[in-house]
Amino acid sequence: MPISAFLTDASLCIGCKACEVACKEWNELPDDGFSWSGHSYDNTRALGASTWRHVLFLEQKQPMGSQLAGINEPFRWQFLSDVCKHCANAGCLEACPTGSIVRTEVGSVFVQPDICNGCGYCVVSCPFGVIEKRPEDGRAFKCTFCYDRQKAGLIPACAKACPTESIQFGDLEVLRQRGKKRVQDLQERGYSDARIYDPQETSVGGIHAFFVILGEPEAYNLPPAPEVPTAYLKSAWTSAFISAAIIFAIVCAAFAF
Amino acid sequence: MKTAAKPKMTEERLEEIRRAASETTKEALATQESTRKPSAQGEQSYYGLPALKPPVWTWEVPLYFFLGGIAGLSACIGFAAQLLRGAPELIRLCLWVGFLGAAICPVLLIADLGRPLRFLNMLRVFKLQSAMSMGAWILSAFSACVFLAVLCFELQLRGLTHPLLTGLLWLAEASAAVTGLLLASYTGVLIGATAVPVWSENRKLLPAHFLTSGLGGASGILELAGFLVPATQILGFVASGIETLIEIMLQVWKRPVDAPLHHGRSGRTLLVAGLLEGPAALLLRVFFGSVPAGRYAAAATFLVGALLSRYAWIWAGHASASDPQGLFQLQRKA
Repeated sequence: MPISAFLTDASLCIGCKACEVACKEWNELPDDGFSWSGHSYDNTRALGASTWRHVLFLEQKQPMGSQLAGINEPFRWQFLSDVCKHCANAGCLEACPTGSIVRTEVGSVFVQPDICNGCGYCVVSCPFGVIEKRPEDGRAFKCTFCYDRQKAGLIPACAKACPTESIQFGDLEVLRQRGKKRVQDLQERGYSDARIYDPQETSVGGIHAFFVILGEPEAYNLPPAPEVPTAYLKSAWTSAFISAAIIFAIVCAAFAF
Repeated sequence: MKTAAKPKMTEERLEEIRRAASETTKEALATQESTRKPSAQGEQSYYGLPALKPPVWTWEVPLYFFLGGIAGLSACIGFAAQLLRGAPELIRLCLWVGFLGAAICPVLLIADLGRPLRFLNMLRVFKLQSAMSMGAWILSAFSACVFLAVLCFELQLRGLTHPLLTGLLWLAEASAAVTGLLLASYTGVLIGATAVPVWSENRKLLPAHFLTSGLGGASGILELAGFLVPATQILGFVASGIETLIEIMLQVWKRPVDAPLHHGRSGRTLLVAGLLEGPAALLLRVFFGSVPAGRYAAAATFLVGALLSRYAWIWAGHASASDPQGLFQLQRKA
């Protein structure tokens, strides 16, 4: 089967939140509490156990592309629909001690709700802060990449509901090429800070839900160089074994006196 | 006249307009790029909201780290005593402390699960790349070994002698010592191999720190139970000595990523914990180690410090995961 991917394009997003609504309705997710954040029009704040698409609203003192007319102080309003990245090397999947989190045939990372026992290790192992434990349920949840819909030959709910094709769904390699082309087009049109966010150089090894963004990834709370935590295992275990050997020698020495 | 001018508006003219406009735009953009503060790049985040999720573990987990360390090292001390012909009463207590720890620890861990009834799912897979999976297996193995060791020891004490029983006792004790050392140290690997910066950047320190803490804790328990033998005195000295060195290292080597270890609730708790485990316990032993009361005080001080330290490290993880700037700066530097 081909590997599925999302290409989410900040330059096309109009901040309508249709993806958030479609995701909530299709996946029957609980609400996140109805509170005001004070952060532009974003009252969802972050991805979480019950929020699998999250539209960010950035207010930046930067020019919008080549737009200059009538603006004394440059300003741009940026939107981006964030989602689980479905990493090539997924921290949550590696960390899961029950085997609840698996890689599906479409390359997505899926939490099997009938296996998860809510140990919470995936939560601290996600370098993107995506997966979360739902307190009233006890288990961990995140975007399923609409695995149920994909198996039925449908595209994910968020991509289907997006009115501007800011969320595109398709084959990984095809979308990677399309993303590159889009960034080129944007740069030619004066959006000099357009770029792809797809950390392929780090131990994460690329993501299956990548983004076209304007500006630095940090502004979107996207870590600039995320690492899959299994990359730290070797040095941590080495320290554990060496320390254990030293401690055992000390204990023996204490009784030898 | 006006209609005559129109044909002059050729495609070339449009190109010209576009070129002129794009030159102007590029100039304007260039000025804006250069006047933009360079520091603005490094200080960006999304309304300062956390970029990572904080740990969800409740009070049981740090307590488990503490008790698991004591139980594991206790079994290790017991085996060393067996090897070097220590007092049988001491060996017996060591095994029982390990056994009690092995009995309490799973209860704490299961209570922390979101779905406690599914605790057996932990043994569904054996995953080397998951420290949590390894921990579940290590704890299971330790429990089995230490239970067997206690059983054999008690049977032998009640006059049952058989070469097979002695062999089994030695095997169980040795396995309990090995798995005990793993039990005390894997918790450092567990939090060291996560996305939380203050933990992952201290992944080499944590296993050593937790082992030392477990060593001082276990020998402290033995002292408090009345075994004021030279061995526990030595182990108390060594453990508080190493903890003093770790405390000095943390205070001298102040990296930005270690901010949660110095500030806020986690920083304050860790300072108190480090002082108790390190200099306080060490000085008590140096000056009053010759009298039983001094040794009891040193042991108790170390135990309190070791317990506080586990909570402080978990709280530090909370603070670190909630600080997007710390995360981004660390990743930009690397």
